[in-house]
Amino acid sequence: MAKSKPRVKAPKKASKGDIVTIKTLISHIMETGLRKNKKTGKIIPRQIINKFQAKFEGTEIFSVDLDPAISANPFFQFSMKAEKSGEFEFIWTDDNGDVYSKKSKLTVS
Amino acid sequence: MKDLSRRDVLALGTTAAAAALFVNPLAAHAETDLAKDLIKKFTGGKNAAEGKIKLEMPEIAENGNTVPLSFTVESPMTKKDYVKRVIIIAGGNPRPEVATFNFSHLSGVAKASSRMRLAKTQNVIAVAELSDGSFHMTKTEVKVTIGGCGG
Repeated sequence: MAKSKPRVKAPKKASKGDIVTIKTLISHIMETGLRKNKKTGKIIPRQIINKFQAKFEGTEIFSVDLDPAISANPFFQFSMKAEKSGEFEFIWTDDNGDVYSKKSKLTVS
Repeated sequence: MKDLSRRDVLALGTTAAAAALFVNPLAAHAETDLAKDLIKKFTGGKNAAEGKIKLEMPEIAENGNTVPLSFTVESPMTKKDYVKRVIIIAGGNPRPEVATFNFSHLSGVAKASSRMRLAKTQNVIAVAELSDGSFHMTKTEVKVTIGGCGG
């Protein structure tokens, strides 16, 4: 499988007290483990992103435990209250142990 | 035993058809039991009240592979009073668990969106756990034209 590519849309600037919206997407097949290979009849093993975490300055603001019913290329939209400037970190964990991450800075005025 | 007459065969056919009709609702029932078990596991046996949480999904999903979902829980989201977790359950899927969203008081609002798979027309259930230990739930029916779990 091609390497997963995470994408994040988070604001760069915000006023103190604003609620900012963050959108994230990662390219991933999210193989459910229920499908069969049509030629061999064998079940295709499960491979999904099982955990997504969003941190701000090292503190978790939002996370998701994913099950196979989440669509391929998992997309999440969520919010954070902007109190101070800092850095977001977004982390995706694959069933096979791979970890993908992306960072984004936020300036609060 | 005498040979089956045409009438007998027809009668048999009707019985078989009727039996098939009866089997289907039972199967559907078993799936909702799966969902119920999952809710029970999530709430630890506590009752989940209706309301406080709103789940937005399309009424008709043409493609069960990616069905948008979005939910909002009424909460001030302060350090003392916030939404801890929200679980999404699809009782008609081969595996009813969809995802668990974990919030913190830093989230600002208890609101999130994602996309999910739906195998067939069914009720999607959302249950929220608040920091005071109470549970709230809602459900919405989504009609699915093409299921999203097959191969």
